[in-house]
Amino acid sequence: MIEIKDLHKSYKMGSNSLHVLKGINFKVEEGELVAIMGSSGSGKSTLLNILGMLDGADSGEYTLDGVPIKNLSETKAAQYRNKFLGFIFQSFNLINYKSAAENVALPLYYQKVPRKERQEKAMQYLERVGLKPWAGHLPSELSGGQKQRVAIARAMAAEPKVLLADEPTGALDSKTSYEVMDLIQKINDEGNTILVVTHEEDIAHMCKRIVHLKDGLIVEDKKVEQVRAEQYV
Amino acid sequence: MFNKDRWREIIEVLTTNVWRTIFTAFGVCWGIFILIVLLAAGKGLENGIKQDFGNIATNTMFMWTRATTKGYEGLPKGRSFEFKISDVQALRDNVPNLRFISPRNQLGGFGGNNNVVRGIRTGAYNVYGDYPEIINQDPMAVTAGRFLNYNDIREKRKVAIIGQGVKSDLYDKDEDALGTYIKIQGVNFMVIGTYKKNNSGGGEEGQKEIFVPFTSFSQAFNRGEDVGWMAITANDGSSISQLKDNIVDVMKKRHKVHPEDTRAVGYFDLYEQYNRVESLFGALKAVAYIVGIMVLLSGIIGVSNIMLIVVKERTKEIGIRRALGEQPWSIKKQILMESIFLTLISGMVGIIFGSLVIFGINSLLDSVGPVDMFMSPSVSIGVVTGALTILMVSGLLAGFIPAQSAIRVRPIEALRAE
Repeated sequence: MIEIKDLHKSYKMGSNSLHVLKGINFKVEEGELVAIMGSSGSGKSTLLNILGMLDGADSGEYTLDGVPIKNLSETKAAQYRNKFLGFIFQSFNLINYKSAAENVALPLYYQKVPRKERQEKAMQYLERVGLKPWAGHLPSELSGGQKQRVAIARAMAAEPKVLLADEPTGALDSKTSYEVMDLIQKINDEGNTILVVTHEEDIAHMCKRIVHLKDGLIVEDKKVEQVRAEQYV
Repeated sequence: MFNKDRWREIIEVLTTNVWRTIFTAFGVCWGIFILIVLLAAGKGLENGIKQDFGNIATNTMFMWTRATTKGYEGLPKGRSFEFKISDVQALRDNVPNLRFISPRNQLGGFGGNNNVVRGIRTGAYNVYGDYPEIINQDPMAVTAGRFLNYNDIREKRKVAIIGQGVKSDLYDKDEDALGTYIKIQGVNFMVIGTYKKNNSGGGEEGQKEIFVPFTSFSQAFNRGEDVGWMAITANDGSSISQLKDNIVDVMKKRHKVHPEDTRAVGYFDLYEQYNRVESLFGALKAVAYIVGIMVLLSGIIGVSNIMLIVVKERTKEIGIRRALGEQPWSIKKQILMESIFLTLISGMVGIIFGSLVIFGINSLLDSVGPVDMFMSPSVSIGVVTGALTILMVSGLLAGFIPAQSAIRVRPIEALRAE
């Protein structure tokens, strides 16, 4: 599903440049649930941004579902993001003047799905994350866990190939964190490919595979026995 | 493009900070208000002045003779001459595109002595010997009886059409003037009509004129073949200002005046005067547009400023939307539409207020009666559509820089902004 070869990325900081990714080779098969771990500054967020086409790599190859991702125009990148990727952010990033249902329907709007169908689908996904009764609420009327569940519903609404989660539990207490992870595991059980960036060991162990990043290189890549989050909920 | 979601979003964005939106809108509103009111005031002045011209045929010149200032063909300088009735036909033959040529003779004049008598009443009036065409050049409303016709000319009837002013001087209030006689310099004329001029330019003087057939005038007052002066109107398509040199040349030739004698044939080009007034209004209109658009411009800059702030405030949101796959062009369109919408709405409010003020002034003018040189200020629907077009374009311009800055922000940076 995802294939990366010899990926390099550096940022210019005034006169000196900061080499963040120093040759990453990495492959994700369909249906995997991968945790990307590393201390801050290890380059995990940069990697996720490149995978999410929010940022471009300096060199190296990136193939997503057989499509080479290279030198994209902003328009093309927007199109690919919409079609291939779903984002889940640490700070939820819901649009605060739109209701939960409208937030979920947003990616569908960019796909030019008709209004009626959009609303139906949004309700369907909200139901899956258990928030159907909150469909008409604004983000400010929801708790952190609920917001993240709306964000997950939004990420899934466009039926992307890959879900990218950047510290999805970073702003949540452990109980809600497990609830969110439980949801992510269930989505994965249905066959969706998910990448989770985290620095929490317990969250990482709820995935099926852990990739350790250190100073811009992969130092460890192992399959793990998945801990189900269900038992903690 | 105009789907419900986009509109909802526009409304939502503009209503989040209502007072800011209102103050921004006020700039544009004020600009268009000034533009509309200035244009209407200009139009009011124009209407007022043009009212003074009345419905006089403006494509007209007046021509008379003066003493020559150059000797020619053995004739001395300082010689006086008169136009002859045959000159009229000569003009018709030699100068194309002339609509009316009215030879005129005149008695009396400003401050003249009493020259008209009826019973024991007397008065001093301008008495004109005229052809029937004069009513097309110097329009008047015949209030009773009729105007001159060609039978009067041919049979040299001693008939007269008198002005409202003459009638009120020489007649009792309820008296019927038709069929009565007045004595003009000792010659009796029968009154066959009364008129009223509606242009205020002639003032009271204009109502105190007496028109008699040209031929009877010549005979009664010993003018022979002479013509005092002429009123010449060109066809609508051509301008008398261009024809007048030709006309004057024909006259000079017929009366053996030196071709370079510029004094001998005097004339007054009404059309030129009228055009001068016209171009004055053109200039006034230009000033109104310039001032209005300048004021509008500062409003537009206000809108542009606010849109920049809106974009700044929504940087994160724009980042989210781009991460979710919104096309850059769609974001640009959103900002542009917000800007155009804001400008257009506030502009329309300005237009409405402007119209209300104009309406108010008009009803005030109606209630206090006519005012000198000012009449029914108004703006045409063309001006309004023009103003709306200006608004549309300026909204687009105002939104352009903010929209550009909105899509220049890369989504990753936008998302980082907290």
